[in-house]
Amino acid sequence: MVHADHRASFRRGVRLGVPFAAVGLLLSSSFGVLAVQAGFTPLQALVMSALVHAGAAQFAATSIVVTGGGVVAGVVAASLMNARFLAMGAALAPSLPGGPALRAVQAQTVVDPSWAVANNGDGTFDRWLLFGATAPQYVGWISGTLLGAFGGDLIGDIERLGLDAIYPTFFLALLIAELRRPGSRGIALTGALLALGLVPFVPAGIPILVAAAVALVGLAR
Amino acid sequence: MTDPSPTTLWLLILGTAAATMAIKAFGPVVLGGRQLPPAATRVLVLLPPVVLAALVATSALADGSTLEIDSSTAGVAAAGVLLVQGRHLLLAVLVAAAVTAVLRLLGLP
Repeated sequence: MVHADHRASFRRGVRLGVPFAAVGLLLSSSFGVLAVQAGFTPLQALVMSALVHAGAAQFAATSIVVTGGGVVAGVVAASLMNARFLAMGAALAPSLPGGPALRAVQAQTVVDPSWAVANNGDGTFDRWLLFGATAPQYVGWISGTLLGAFGGDLIGDIERLGLDAIYPTFFLALLIAELRRPGSRGIALTGALLALGLVPFVPAGIPILVAAAVALVGLAR
Repeated sequence: MTDPSPTTLWLLILGTAAATMAIKAFGPVVLGGRQLPPAATRVLVLLPPVVLAALVATSALADGSTLEIDSSTAGVAAAGVLLVQGRHLLLAVLVAAAVTAVLRLLGLP
């Protein structure tokens, strides 16, 4: 059932995913440290990484609960950070075969780098490349969480070590690859400026969702 | 500030997991495997650069609801130069963290 070209795509995905897995390991180590400092047990940090596998959401939910925001506020904040997956899922939808349940399961493999590298640039996605790229990142994400949760005392203060610079750098690498495609630069700049302009006025996560709407100019092209 | 209770944390973890899974599944389940009209495809092609640019800008230049330039902004900018030159992602990430850490060591925010 799995064709040779699917296997080749999967393997290529794994190779492309490994550097992102290494970066994800650093990010999830930071999460493990923060979570345990916030009162999580290592098991709770591990379960969250295994089930959520989305850094921005995990950091957002954890920081809200730590500052006394409550469970509902935490889940809402995480969902806002994840709102980008609505846009990514819509883009991916035509490239996933099968019934609703099978498509829902395949959609769980979407993480930012995999979605970006699996993008064929013509509105379609290579789903086996997506699965392959996510596999090593999932392993890295869980390993890093365990490292951080159990070794937090050794790692110490995350900001002092500059680890908060990793997350934007990670997105920047994906963005630079996208900007090599023609016609993407002006719209990327517009989205960035719009998101920054909204930051002081709306809850975290919303600026990304509103900026995504800039892509609607595609209707007029 | 008291530590959140184990129940609070488990509810947070399971709630966040359920919400994330539902959000990821939404597009593929609702839109299905239908072929989209060309205009929709043109929009989808533009989504990755816009969403990623917004993520970079807000994660490098904003902290919660305030805009701020700090040491990490300089770290990310240094990494950006390396990435544009085609250097490896891991190198860029390590430089970003190192530049940020050194600037903070020097007393910058």
